[in-house]
Amino acid sequence: MENSPLFRSGHTACAGCGQAIAARLVIEAAGANTIVVNNTGCLEVFTTKYPDTAWGVPWIHSLFENSAAVASGVEAALIYLGKKNATNVIAQGGDGSTGDIGLQALSGMLERGHDILYVCYDNEAYMNTGVQRSGLTPFNTNTTTSPAGAQSSGNIRPKKPVPEICAAHGIPYVACASVGFPQDLSRKVKKAFSIKGPKYIQIHASCPLGWRHEANQMLPVAKLAVETGLYPLFEYEFGVLAGRKQITPKPVEEYLKTQGRFKHLLNNPEEVKKIQEIADNNIKKYNLKLES
Amino acid sequence: MKEFIEGSHAIAEIIKATKPGVISAYPITPQTHIVEDLAQMVANKELDSQFVNVESEHSAASVVLGGSATGVRVYTATSSQGLFYMQEVVFNIAGMRLPVVMTCANRAISAPINIWNDQQDSISLRDSGWFQIYAEDNQEAVDFHLIAYRLAEDKRVMLPVMVCMDGFILTHGMETVDMPQQDKVNKFLPAYKPLYKLDTANPVSMGLLADPDYYMEARFAIQETMRESIGYLSEISGEFNAVFGRDYKDLLVEEYQTKDAEKVIVAMGSVCGTIKEVVDEQRAKGKKVGLLRIITYRPFPYARVYEALKDVAKVAVLDKAVSLGAYAPIAVEIKAAFYGKKKGPKVVSSFVAGLGGRDITLESVHEVFRRLNAKEVNSDFIDLKPELLKEEYGE
Repeated sequence: MENSPLFRSGHTACAGCGQAIAARLVIEAAGANTIVVNNTGCLEVFTTKYPDTAWGVPWIHSLFENSAAVASGVEAALIYLGKKNATNVIAQGGDGSTGDIGLQALSGMLERGHDILYVCYDNEAYMNTGVQRSGLTPFNTNTTTSPAGAQSSGNIRPKKPVPEICAAHGIPYVACASVGFPQDLSRKVKKAFSIKGPKYIQIHASCPLGWRHEANQMLPVAKLAVETGLYPLFEYEFGVLAGRKQITPKPVEEYLKTQGRFKHLLNNPEEVKKIQEIADNNIKKYNLKLES
Repeated sequence: MKEFIEGSHAIAEIIKATKPGVISAYPITPQTHIVEDLAQMVANKELDSQFVNVESEHSAASVVLGGSATGVRVYTATSSQGLFYMQEVVFNIAGMRLPVVMTCANRAISAPINIWNDQQDSISLRDSGWFQIYAEDNQEAVDFHLIAYRLAEDKRVMLPVMVCMDGFILTHGMETVDMPQQDKVNKFLPAYKPLYKLDTANPVSMGLLADPDYYMEARFAIQETMRESIGYLSEISGEFNAVFGRDYKDLLVEEYQTKDAEKVIVAMGSVCGTIKEVVDEQRAKGKKVGLLRIITYRPFPYARVYEALKDVAKVAVLDKAVSLGAYAPIAVEIKAAFYGKKKGPKVVSSFVAGLGGRDITLESVHEVFRRLNAKEVNSDFIDLKPELLKEEYGE
């Protein structure tokens, strides 16, 4: 890929990192007049190892859980300086920093009505600390803190519904996107910045290391999550479902068999069936099925 | 202009005069009157500022961090558990060299829950990289906020400052305060011009990952700045005196009747007013006693303490905080100031008093002087109620 003035290559992400691609798509859609506030996580670590930085826009990292609150301060200062209308503000973090430890700060930011886009890069575990489960880790995933064993098929809970939690705040825009569908992702970021007020976009970003697939499989794996109905791409406007990406659903097994984190399920049809039910419920709930 | 005013109202007035662009706080007693006043000033359009109502102290500190990083003067205030909930951000603000100013309305720490004054909250954050300056009365509390911004925003410093004032005793106490006039504030404290900021015209990255090749130097730089700032404090207080007609020496310590003293109490904050009364009374009887008041606790003024106490025979340190399982916090520093030195007190005794708002009376101070004899004591509590201990000890 060509070098970008806003998100430069030469950072230290793993080969095939979905988050690196997603972050670049986000900042390029947002443009140069953007300030980025980053939670601690893979993205912060691999883009800003002192004295280098991959960021061509003003960028700040404070802590693991407070990008929504720091961004609130950035936005308040821009209003005070009379610069808000000319500047986009992005707060961003991974699934753990967004849906677990940072959920309170995120809720505060949404409730206060700041004109900020919050981006959650959802790779479904605490990846840079060694693949521990987060609240957004899918049901039955084998992680280092939700290991599969004689009495367990992995993570015992379904993904925390963070997009719905955000939508319940009645904010103008909530969307799910996927690194497997880059044009859709860019469109959603641009749409978000056309709306004043708090926005939330959750981006499914595959992680070859944590999901245990080949680095060159990043795109097809991410696509399959959407095509099976396990990661529905929907949009909420002011708390009301306003759009979704329709699919011709594929069986979940096609997705599960691409990744080591689900390998333990493949000789266990009962557990695969439970995951198929999750996909079927999504397909029904969000009306994902393409009319033939 | 002299006003008879509650401490919190006076702080709100002086913060208004500093014109912060972003204010954020979460309610906690006894800090609340300060930020309530500021909220009203913003609501009345008397103060042009963004007042951000947050969902926690952690976010209050994060909001002022973000505001400061964007190049705007900021303010927050808290107490006790609120300060503890901010703790992670408090360390982070200092590490990022952001000139945030915060008021700590000192209050006891849970458990047991207690809203009254002692100094265990701020003292627990002594290693955070913030300056800590303790006021004795509300005149100082007001003046120290102006000095705090000048110090924090000094290009040689770029570190946050915590102005500590005893909760209720000062925050809710009415005193006559000579309120600094706006034109003089403008003269002493010009508009904030940041060294670095988040600006799309000149993108910078802040808060980067530092591996073992770089981290230690960042900490060393703060340590060096703190050391050098001892001198800046006297320089800035000199300028302050010239503009406002006050008589602050170097803002490190106050020596009260210490010159020929044989017995000296070392203390910090509003209790020093009580101690001064006892010193006056004893001096009138010809007893050579004095008070050394610590004003700046971080950076700790070891050299000034040494000079002030090197010829004093007996020193009692009165802490309104306890370091559970160790010597009391200020006592440790006083002992350290004399370690390996030729001169120094024969006895440095350490007393803990006034925890959780228990009154430190004139009699409490007399008791400290009485107990200051040849035998050194460590972290002895003053004014304990033995009847409340009986049950626990089965006496």
